[in-house]
Amino acid sequence: MSLEKKEFKPKIVAFCCNWCSYAGADLAGSSRLTYPADVKIIRVPCSCRVNPMFILRAFEKGADGVIMCGCHPGDCHYSTGNFYARRRMTLLFSMLDYIGVENGRTRVEWVSAAEGVKFSETMNSFVEKIYSLGENVRLGDLRCKS
Amino acid sequence: MQRIGVFVCHCGSNIAATVDVSKVAEMALMEPGVVHAEDYQYMCSEAGQAKIAAAIQEKNLTGMVVCSCSPRMHEATFRKAAERAGLNPYMVEIANIREHCSWIHKDVEEATKKAVILMRAAIAKVNLNAPLQPGESRVTKRALVIGGGIAGIQTAIDIADAGYEVDIVEKTPSIGGRMSQLDKTFPTLDCSACILTPKMVEASAHEKINIYTYSEVEKVSGFVGDFTVDIRKKARSVDMDKCTGCGVCQEKCPSKKAPSEFNRGLNTRSAIYTPFAQAIPNVPVIDREACIKFKTGKCGLCAKVCQAGAVDYEQKDEIVTEKYGAIVVATGFDTIKLDQYDEYAYSQSKDVITSLELERVMNAAGPTHGHLERLSDGKAPKEIVFIQCVGSRCSDDRGKPYCSKICCMYTAKHAMLIRDKYPDVNVTVFYIDVRTPGKNFDEFYRRAVEQYGVNYIKGQVGKVIPQPNGKLLVQGSDLLDNKQILKEADMVVLATAIEPNPDVRKIATMLTASIDTNNFLTEAHAKLRPVESPTAGIFLSGVCQGPKDIPETVAQAGAAAVKAIGLLAKDKLLTNPCTAQSDILLCNGCSTCENVCPYGAITYEDKEVNDHGIRETRRIAVVNSALCQGCGACTVACPSGAMDLQGFSNRQIIAEVDAICR
Ligand SMILES: Cc1cc2nc3c(=O)[nH]c(=O)nc-3n(C[C@H](O)[C@H](O)[C@H](O)COP(=O)(O)OP(=O)(O)OC[C@H]3O[C@@H](n4cnc5c(N)ncnc54)[C@H](O)[C@@H]3O)c2cc1C
Ligand code: SF4
Ligand code: SF4
Repeated sequence: MSLEKKEFKPKIVAFCCNWCSYAGADLAGSSRLTYPADVKIIRVPCSCRVNPMFILRAFEKGADGVIMCGCHPGDCHYSTGNFYARRRMTLLFSMLDYIGVENGRTRVEWVSAAEGVKFSETMNSFVEKIYSLGENVRLGDLRCKS
Repeated sequence: MQRIGVFVCHCGSNIAATVDVSKVAEMALMEPGVVHAEDYQYMCSEAGQAKIAAAIQEKNLTGMVVCSCSPRMHEATFRKAAERAGLNPYMVEIANIREHCSWIHKDVEEATKKAVILMRAAIAKVNLNAPLQPGESRVTKRALVIGGGIAGIQTAIDIADAGYEVDIVEKTPSIGGRMSQLDKTFPTLDCSACILTPKMVEASAHEKINIYTYSEVEKVSGFVGDFTVDIRKKARSVDMDKCTGCGVCQEKCPSKKAPSEFNRGLNTRSAIYTPFAQAIPNVPVIDREACIKFKTGKCGLCAKVCQAGAVDYEQKDEIVTEKYGAIVVATGFDTIKLDQYDEYAYSQSKDVITSLELERVMNAAGPTHGHLERLSDGKAPKEIVFIQCVGSRCSDDRGKPYCSKICCMYTAKHAMLIRDKYPDVNVTVFYIDVRTPGKNFDEFYRRAVEQYGVNYIKGQVGKVIPQPNGKLLVQGSDLLDNKQILKEADMVVLATAIEPNPDVRKIATMLTASIDTNNFLTEAHAKLRPVESPTAGIFLSGVCQGPKDIPETVAQAGAAAVKAIGLLAKDKLLTNPCTAQSDILLCNGCSTCENVCPYGAITYEDKEVNDHGIRETRRIAVVNSALCQGCGACTVACPSGAMDLQGFSNRQIIAEVDAICR
């Protein structure tokens, strides 16, 4: 079991909005708050820019977990973007769960520019969850695996 | 096919110690489109930028990736460098291998692998970048300052002195803020009013400054250089132009039971009032909740006694709409509520007061006319205990995690002033630490101890128990002598934590300025851009950004003014070209996008379309690029996939996803 765990190196995509969460990740970095290297961040202007297609694409290409981070509700740089994102993701994640991409593999988290600690804690707990769930095999496009 | 250059920065050892930078550069050359890769110690330095310029010109690059610190740090630097060398600045992408990699990972192999993946994602993206041209927007040469405390006043004066129009919006009936409530000020002990009032007068007399008191910002729209703001001027019930400030109305008003906000509720005021004698403007307001005329329809005495005929019960709130190029937030602070700290008996005894209340007690215009006396029985106290850090530096959620910064100094001030005026009064201060960094600060504190014999005890107070004889039993500990202390005091003063004005949340939301977990406004960069909000055109002044004393507040106020002036001095601003665009062939004119756009940037036009040979007129979404802020809401809402965002297009983001999951 432990051997198997060692071999499993999850691919985790984090979409972070430019104004809050990306800055929160920067703060985690400048405060040297570690989290596993499995997490790779993609910068988007706002959480509302995250098209469900991007998340499906990630799973299709073999991602084991996808997390989306935005400004706290009410604090969106563009006023309302994260409200749309929140509703969209609730729907998407329940559909993904239905087709077998467990809820634990997807997450939405609000992280402000001042919450470096929260960013690192969130990533640590998310990665831990993905390790416990193991490899995602449900949505992976077999043609993508070589 | 693009010709891409990749530049890997060592950032001294910041990156190079954890990431094998030459390996990253080597790997870059294996990516599609990459024709040049190199690593260098400091890419952002002049020498680094020269390398970039040389590569752009020699290798005829069409795009570039810099693997370095966060784009929030140096994206602008590298874009400018590219532009100078003849490359469109929007052909530059940053792979953040410092904040998101070398600083948070320890294992070199692992960090290098991650850096390579981040670089690949950036290369994949830049392969799909297209040159973009920023548009231009105009700058309204007028600034808005929200909050008329010392911070707002100073910022307004500095901006106005540079020749720009400034409006101050102050919520209360007068400008002045907390400083107007203080008696003397550390570290020089000058009288607060003596140094503040001239500033208030200067602001109000300044030809470029216009002050809205008893007013609030109600709505903000627009963006840097071109904000439109609705200001609600609350009905004063007194005509500003007619009132001569004689004060007869306040004298004659029979309703005198309203708690005085200025004196922190320690005494009362009339229903028609100016908060304090030096108020600016010196025009009273009617507190409609306390006014008999408004409550019962009877009375109306003030209108009768007013010689100028200035009282106007019919006055209504008025909304003024103004345009501004820059907005400065200076909303200041309040002391925290003490409900959670009942062990100090604040709610049980009138003789337990906050330091701000003590300022009013010591002030000649305060509730006791400056005599130090117990508020319960008016007797002169003989034994006063100060308790430091009430609600500050708190590890649980009763209080605040931060140090309020000013309390150590003002307590030393209070102790000294009391010992100076009443040498027979014993003063004891319970403290956790005495923190006095600042010019002449430690000397000031030592004077309190050495010259004025204030008794400082390192230790915390567990409980204050009101006694039947009216005294207060203070139970504390002396950590240095390791003993419990029981002390009977006549008065207890709580150095209460400060917090941002509760309103600031509303203001921040309106301005889309970020706020931290303690409700202080966040600066664009903690070290390098301390007076700017991450939201362009919004600047921060005073305690709304973090705890500060007056000298620091004034310094920051000046800095915020300089930043605002820098903006106002420009005639035009370049706008972000990363805006949305709809595909004329895919759009079906359904109006979904219009509904989600927070800026009203989307309209519809009938356009001639040639859809695979079929010519017809269709209703098509058109984005006004001057209004579009590039959030991308419309792109995801669009059911036809017709909307896309330049600079963050669907294909670009998917390319990044693919590169990461490869
Ligand atoms: C007990 C005590 C003693 C002190 N003693 C000293 C001292 O001796 N020396 C020293 O250097 N410092 C002292 N200070 C600190 C000093 O008071 C502050 O540094 C200073 O007042 C900060 O000024 P400011 O303008 O940032 O905030 P404030 O003084 O709080 O001013 C903010 C202004 O904004 C207004 N406002 C708030 N919200 C809105 C809104 N939504 N719309 C419009 N207007 C709004 C408020 O009404 C207020 O007028 C002391 C503080 C305390 C609590
Ligand atoms: S990206 Fe779309 S929704 Fe956002 S501001 Fe531009 S047009 Fe409006
Ligand atoms: S949502 Fe899409 S299809 Fe509908 S009007 Fe907007 S761009 Fe056109």
